[in-house]
Amino acid sequence: MSRPPLDIGAYEANDGYQSLHKIAAGMSAADVLETIKSSGLKGRGGAGFPTGLKWSFVPHGESSPQQKYLVVNADEMEPGTFKDRLLMEGDPHLLLEGMIISAYTIGASKAYIFLRGEYHGSVKTLKKAIAEAYEKGYLGSNILGTEYDLDIILHTSAGRYICGEETALLNALEGKRANPRAKPPFPQVSGLWGKPTIVNNVETLCNLPGIITYGIDWYQGLGKGADAGTKMFGVSGRVKNPGVWEMPLGVTIRELLEDKAGGMQDGLGLKAFLPGGGSTDFMLPEHLDLALDYDEISQKGGSRLATGTMIVLDDQTCPVGMIGNLMKFFAHESCGFCTPCRDGLPWVDAIFRDFEAGRGSEKDLNILREQVEYMGPGRTFCALAPGATAPLGSGLKYFEDDFKEHIKQKRCTYKN
Amino acid sequence: MSSQVIASTKSRARFLTEAEVSEIEHEKTLYPDNQAVGLEALKIVQNYQGWVSDESLLAIAEYLDLPVADLEGVATFFNLIYRQPVGKNVILYCDSVSCWICRGDEIKDYLSEKLGIDYGQTTADKEFTLIPVPCLGDCNNAPVMMVGQDLHRNLTKDGIDEIIDQYRNTNA
Repeated sequence: MSRPPLDIGAYEANDGYQSLHKIAAGMSAADVLETIKSSGLKGRGGAGFPTGLKWSFVPHGESSPQQKYLVVNADEMEPGTFKDRLLMEGDPHLLLEGMIISAYTIGASKAYIFLRGEYHGSVKTLKKAIAEAYEKGYLGSNILGTEYDLDIILHTSAGRYICGEETALLNALEGKRANPRAKPPFPQVSGLWGKPTIVNNVETLCNLPGIITYGIDWYQGLGKGADAGTKMFGVSGRVKNPGVWEMPLGVTIRELLEDKAGGMQDGLGLKAFLPGGGSTDFMLPEHLDLALDYDEISQKGGSRLATGTMIVLDDQTCPVGMIGNLMKFFAHESCGFCTPCRDGLPWVDAIFRDFEAGRGSEKDLNILREQVEYMGPGRTFCALAPGATAPLGSGLKYFEDDFKEHIKQKRCTYKN
Repeated sequence: MSSQVIASTKSRARFLTEAEVSEIEHEKTLYPDNQAVGLEALKIVQNYQGWVSDESLLAIAEYLDLPVADLEGVATFFNLIYRQPVGKNVILYCDSVSCWICRGDEIKDYLSEKLGIDYGQTTADKEFTLIPVPCLGDCNNAPVMMVGQDLHRNLTKDGIDEIIDQYRNTNA
């Protein structure tokens, strides 16, 4: 972190918690829901689902369960993703303010932050911020003199990537093995301990205070393309200045990679990149002038914006090795519940080890192509294995020459 | 039933310490049932004991009246619960993609050679245990690893020497 986080006084002096005063002065939950729906905010955790629409599935009225929950997905573990940590360690009150808005809207009196166990720095900043927020009356009973009560509980995870899947996360929070659940019922209707539950990503929640405080026009004016607002964009790999920046949605990939990240390190060329973490399809240098917004990346880039944290592959690093590294990760992190994932991923992983050792064959390539299909969307219980097929399928297509060279030379040609 | 021995061992539940019990009791106020508290209790006990032995597992199951097999299923699912003894310092080494691109695997080989252990192993002097971990979310400082609760960034071979010496000296 380049600076310690703002304490609550400094945060308030910078318009912090203004949205709550605005709500307390007379915005109903229905008003807030309508505002967030109209703002066009899409979930920043990876799937890009409209946040207001997600909230609207929570049942209300006397016949619905009175206990509802908000759960923050702060289990950042997508390979190459390092944006939520920055938000929690740099601006923890922004997350709390967003949580209070979300919880108020869905009628939740309890909210859990499901935080990655390894994020000890975030534990410290969040604990301090939560204590400050209680002291100032933003949490607890009768918040800002209203009838609304909210408690926030910080929960640290015991590990495993699968906990990022929202129903697996709920099982982990309930103290169970983190296998995903069947959907429907969706968590909005029956989630944590069977009660209506909204799971929102850290960055999504951090968008809410600005929308309420400054309004929809302000928020939509921030985006440069079709999507509203800003996004945390990151770049890692062998670039000159790796990092994470908040930028308007709709800026070009080139602007992120060249202006912010400073381009490739000296002597290296850009071979390809994953635009939004390890579960996205490779994109190529020819895609650099596409805009970083949800539709453009999927329709013209054949990939997904997902977490917005780009992993850059240079021309002196082996693409087969890079995909192999990702496959080892996915194989290890499979929860083991459904067959295509539990058996398919280790098979794929083993083939990549063979390629690394110079034992790859044409037959292996065909098996890999088949596995892309067998583990693809709709064939598995959750999105983990389909996520793995994104870099695998696109890699087989874009780097076919590299795979063939491994077969022909019986070794990795990127190694001396 | 939870006081029965686990099939694979003849272990008996140990007594939980006062500190452990008090922390477990606090967790009970945060969750509506004991199953959720069970996973928290595993973390609490590990925090004090370094790992979760059969005796600890049985003690938690007994204290919270949870089926031993369920608790064992949970304990073995999550990678940050250790069901084997670990060294004084647990090294979580990031083996994910951004660190790999930044040659993290070469640094890991150097670390392994220096300590004389591979993933899943503990040094003979019980000082260090080396475990791979998925992306630590600090990719702009790759390669990275954690020792205990400390994050170490932009790892180099020289840097590894310094870090390891530092922990050796602190513990001496």
